[in-house]
Amino acid sequence: MTDMTLAAARRALAAREISAVELVDSHNKAIESLNGDVNAFIITTPEQAREAAKAADTLLAKGEGGLLCGIPLGVKDLFCTNGVRTTAASNILRDFVPPYESAVTANLLSEGAIFLGKTNLDEFAMGSTNLTSAFGGVTNPWRRSGSDAKLVPGGSSGGSAAAVAAGMVLGATGTDTGGSIRQPAAFCGITGVKPTYGRCSRFGTIAFASSLDQAGPMARNLEDCAWMLEAMAGFDKRDSTSVDRPVPRYADALERGVKGMKVGIPREYRAPNMPREIEALWEQGIAWLREAGAEPVEVSLPHTKYGLPTYYIVALAEASSNLARYDGVRFGERVKADSLDALYEATRHAGFGEEVRRRILMGTYVLSSGYYDAYYLRAQKVRTMIQRDFLSAFEKVDVLLTPTAPSAAFAHDEKPTDPVQVYLNDVFTVPASMAGVPALSLPAGLDAQGLPLGLQLIGRYFDEETLFAAGRVMEKAAGFSTRPALFAEFGA
Amino acid sequence: MSLDTRTVRRIAKLARIGLDDREAEGLRQELDGILGWVEQLNEVDITDVPPMIGTGLARPRVREDAVTDGDRREDVLANAPEREGPFFTVPKVVE
Repeated sequence: MTDMTLAAARRALAAREISAVELVDSHNKAIESLNGDVNAFIITTPEQAREAAKAADTLLAKGEGGLLCGIPLGVKDLFCTNGVRTTAASNILRDFVPPYESAVTANLLSEGAIFLGKTNLDEFAMGSTNLTSAFGGVTNPWRRSGSDAKLVPGGSSGGSAAAVAAGMVLGATGTDTGGSIRQPAAFCGITGVKPTYGRCSRFGTIAFASSLDQAGPMARNLEDCAWMLEAMAGFDKRDSTSVDRPVPRYADALERGVKGMKVGIPREYRAPNMPREIEALWEQGIAWLREAGAEPVEVSLPHTKYGLPTYYIVALAEASSNLARYDGVRFGERVKADSLDALYEATRHAGFGEEVRRRILMGTYVLSSGYYDAYYLRAQKVRTMIQRDFLSAFEKVDVLLTPTAPSAAFAHDEKPTDPVQVYLNDVFTVPASMAGVPALSLPAGLDAQGLPLGLQLIGRYFDEETLFAAGRVMEKAAGFSTRPALFAEFGA
Repeated sequence: MSLDTRTVRRIAKLARIGLDDREAEGLRQELDGILGWVEQLNEVDITDVPPMIGTGLARPRVREDAVTDGDRREDVLANAPEREGPFFTVPKVVE
C-alpha cells in the first residue's frame, strides 16, 4: 500500500486486494506520525474514518459503492462538514461546528469517500504561503538538497497539498480564488485542478471572494484528479452561480492525446526577471507537447500585467463584504464590550489575523463612497478586458501553457515583508481566475536545489477534458516520480 | 494619492475593526503601498467597457419565495456565543 495513487487504490479496493479499513488505518497512521512535523491537519477524525471504512468494505464486498468508495481524503478546512469543526484557520471560527454539509463534501461522501480530517490553510484562504493560519503554518514535506530549512507549502490550500505530497491521504479538496490550488500543488510536487467557475457548487464553502472561489481536487496525478473532480462537480440550485451542465467522465479524456492540438504560449508571461530554470522548464513543456503532435502558437494576452492589481481590488472588495457576517453575535468567538459597536470592533480585531484585517480594510476602502468608481468599478471593467483576452486567444488555440509560479517553494523565514511582493506569487495563476476559465498545475521537474516546479495549463470554459488530455501527455513525458524528504512509507 | 491615518480610522470604523494607534500607522503605510501599486490600472483605456459582474455562464434563476429548510431553530442557534432561550443576545442597544 506504500505510495499508492488514488486510481491504483480504487482498482485494488474494487478487486478486493486491499480493504478500505487497511487503507484508512495506514493513512491514519501516516497522519499520526507526520502531522507533528508538517501541521497539514487542523482536525483529524480517525475513529469516524475507521467506521466509514468498515461500511465501505461492506459495500465493496457486494460489488457496490460509489466512484470513491473507501478512498481516504483530506478536506480543506474551508468546507463546512456536518458536526465536524470547521475553522477557516481563523480564531473567529475556532469552535464553529456547522449543522450542515457543503455541497462538494456531500458529493464526495455520497460517492463513498472517507474524510480523515480537515486540512490547514491560510486564514480564510487569504495567502500564498500558509503562514497566516491561526493554527500555525504548514511545513512543506520537501527539503532543499543538503538543507534542513523549513519551506512553505504555498497557499492557501497548503495543508491539502502537503498532506497529499507526504502520503497522509490519497487526495484532498482545495479551493482556488487566485491560485490557491495551483500554486501549492506546484510547491509540493503534486497535481491540482481549478475547474471552470460554476462547475463545483460553492454552497457551504466559507466564502472569500464569491465571484472567484472555486473548489477543485488535489492529488498525486491527473487520473486521481479526474476521479475526484467527477465526484465533486455538479449543478446545485442552492448556488446561484452553479452552471447546469452534465459532468463528463474526465478519466475518459486522459488518453485522447494532443495530435493537431494548438497550444498557446502567451508572450506576456515571459517576465523579464523570470528564473532561468522556470523558463527552461516551460520550454521543455512546449517541446513535450510538440513531440506528441501538438502545434505551439505564440499568443498575446495583453492585459496580463493588470491581472494581479485587478484581482486585489475585486477579491478584497468581495472579502470585506463576505466577512462582515463574522461579528460575534450569531457564531464565532465573542469579545464582550459595553456597546454593540464596541463588541463588533473588539471581536473582529481579536478574531481576525493581521492579513485578514489588512484585506478587509483594503476592500472596505475600495468600496467606500468616493472611491467605488475609481477602484472597484474600474477593476471590474479591466476584468472584462482580461476575460476578452482569453476568449480571443481561445479562438486561435485549444489550450494555453505557462509556468505555475515564479519560483519554487521558499523558506518560512524568506517570506517577503512587503504585501505586494507576497502577492506576486500569484502572477501566473490570477488571470485565469479573473476570467473564470479552468486551469491545472502538474509537477514537471525539479530545480537545481531538488525542489518541484509546476507547469500550468489553461483551457476554455468547461473544457477541463482538453486540460486532462494535454496534461497527461506532459505527465508521461515528465515521469515525475521523486518523493519529498518527508513521506509516509506506510504498509498494510 | 496618499492615505492619511484619519482615513484609515474611518475605514476601520466602517469595517467594524478596532485599531490602536500603532496599528493605524502600520496599516496606513501598507495600504498606501498597495494602493500605489493598483494605480497602474489607470493606464488601461476602459471607455465603453462594461464591468464584468460574473462570467456570464450561469443563467439567472428564480425560485418560489418560500422557506425551504425551516424549523431549524436549534441548528441556527447552535454556534451562538451567547443566547437566551430562542434568542441571540447582545449588549443593550436601546437606553
